Amino acid sequence: MPPGDLAIWFFIFAELLAFGIFFVAYAFARAHNVELFNESQQHLNIASGAINTLVLITSSYFVVRAVAAIKQNFSRECARWIAAAIGMGGIFLAIKLFELYAKFSAGISLSTNTFYMFYLSLTIFHFMHVILGMVILTAVMLKARSGGYSAKLHTGVETGASYWHMVDMLWIILFPLVYVIH
Amino acid sequence: MQYKSQAVAKPYFIAAIGLFVGQILFGLIMGYQYVVGDFLFPAIPFNVARMVHTNLLIVWTLFAFMGAGYYLIPEEAETELFSPKLAIIMFWIFLVAGALTIVGYLAVPYATLARMTGNDILATMGREFLEQPLPTKVGIVIVALAFLFNISLTVLKGRKTSISLVLLLGLWGLAVFFLFSFYNPSNLVLDKYFWWWTVHLWVEGVWELILGAMLAFVLIKITGVDREVIEKWLYVIIAMTLITGIIGTGHHYFWIGAPEYWQWFGSVFSALEPIPFFMMTVFAFNMVNRRRREHPNKAATLWALGTGVMSFLGAGVWGFMHTLAPVNFYTHGTQITAAHGHMAFFGAYAMVNLTMISYAMPMLRGRSANSRSAQTLEMWSFWLMTVSMVFITLFLTAAGILQIWLQRMGSNPMSFMDTQDQVMLFYWLREIAGLVFFVGLVLYIWSFFYKKGEAHIAA
Repeated sequence: MPPGDLAIWFFIFAELLAFGIFFVAYAFARAHNVELFNESQQHLNIASGAINTLVLITSSYFVVRAVAAIKQNFSRECARWIAAAIGMGGIFLAIKLFELYAKFSAGISLSTNTFYMFYLSLTIFHFMHVILGMVILTAVMLKARSGGYSAKLHTGVETGASYWHMVDMLWIILFPLVYVIH
Repeated sequence: MQYKSQAVAKPYFIAAIGLFVGQILFGLIMGYQYVVGDFLFPAIPFNVARMVHTNLLIVWTLFAFMGAGYYLIPEEAETELFSPKLAIIMFWIFLVAGALTIVGYLAVPYATLARMTGNDILATMGREFLEQPLPTKVGIVIVALAFLFNISLTVLKGRKTSISLVLLLGLWGLAVFFLFSFYNPSNLVLDKYFWWWTVHLWVEGVWELILGAMLAFVLIKITGVDREVIEKWLYVIIAMTLITGIIGTGHHYFWIGAPEYWQWFGSVFSALEPIPFFMMTVFAFNMVNRRRREHPNKAATLWALGTGVMSFLGAGVWGFMHTLAPVNFYTHGTQITAAHGHMAFFGAYAMVNLTMISYAMPMLRGRSANSRSAQTLEMWSFWLMTVSMVFITLFLTAAGILQIWLQRMGSNPMSFMDTQDQVMLFYWLREIAGLVFFVGLVLYIWSFFYKKGEAHIAA
């Protein structure tokens, strides 16, 4: 059995499928428009994308520590690690907002060209998943803080952690695909 | 029946089935007009028959949804309905308004009806599926609000379960999205854009929540599987429904003048719309296999399983078939759409209503199930209706493929009417399948009155 609640895995697979189809569509559109994609890509802020990659990987590490903590019955420590992960999620969102703000200020929209259509939809779609992940982690944190989990019963922590790792993993694919690979 | 006030569901279910019969009769008239063009002309022109066919479908579905709400909410909330009297008053208002509307469609030309009913005050008429005159539309809003008021207060004073919350969410969404039928901008692109907010966000959005809640309720009752297990499935299914269905609206925006990115959004998200339907099928079979009791109503179990399978095929598979923009470029508005529309509406909404009625009606008449032989008859009606609907779908699909080939591909495409002559054979076959469907429907109704030898199964 996978860690966490089985239902979250159905959800994770469905999410991966949605992003997967989007990634394939991106590849398909790029193959028909290589020059446009390469040209537009040069205007993206790789630095902010790279920093955000580190931010999310760090947050995933915090979540791992939270799961390890609850397995030893340390509820408060578990809650603190999750709070740290949520904090990293917040940093990710802030950096992303600056990046998107710059793009919108430059007059870029979904209708600018096919590349920007994918860039904006994929990053905003992922952005919304980060928010959902933070909501799930917050619920887990609150329950952990009030002693709702134990070394024996901590499915909820693993459920939240699984979802968060998925959000992280999607960014690890999205960042090189959209920002880096020429 | 555990609560006295659940009895108000009965007239709603009876009216629903009555209107369903009307829908099928007009379907048969139209099906015949496809092959004999001047049949019943000028008394019932094709466009009027079509309007009556689709409007009756919507109205009987609404009647059945309301009946389902009145039946299952008291049982879920473990308390009597807030006001049974209000429910009965609304029933008569809705029935009279619905009947007058249909009479109006049939008795006077549509333009006259529009003039008579104040369409010049607020123009909302003349748009597919939302043809109802202004007073009817206002009536629908009043009835829906009174219904929601009634069941929401019932839930508030009683037990709050996931099933009633999901049902309420779906029904409130139904009412909210209907409000877009009053918005009729003169810009045709905007008109179409928001028209779909009623049409698509109903059938591929909030109605699916209602469907999920109704199916979950019946499955809990007939299988005795733990509520927690069923509720978890319900949540995952509705989450997938909303994730795919809301942005999936884009598959209607390909060619109406909306921005080009909708071709991507619509294709990607609506390609995933079969997932919640597939999960619903797996869910239904899984629960029945894990059943902890043998409910005497075998017919209702069959309908519940059928709903899962047929909604997946009709809405999921037949929808996916033409949902990708490059495919839809050729199939848009052909008989492929008609094929999908028939199987999806029957498989998802007609069948879940028949499931609910099949389960609840014996209860409402003071027994837990109809007699064995009555159920055998009902199962015959299930197979007749389901199999004939599969054939209707296959014939229309064949007609659609031929139509696309002759009319939209190749270097020398034929005109619309010349193409219609070429697919006539399939229209004949579809009409025959439609007659079999009608026999199935008559058997369904008859099964509720069938008394031969053995007694009904006591409550």
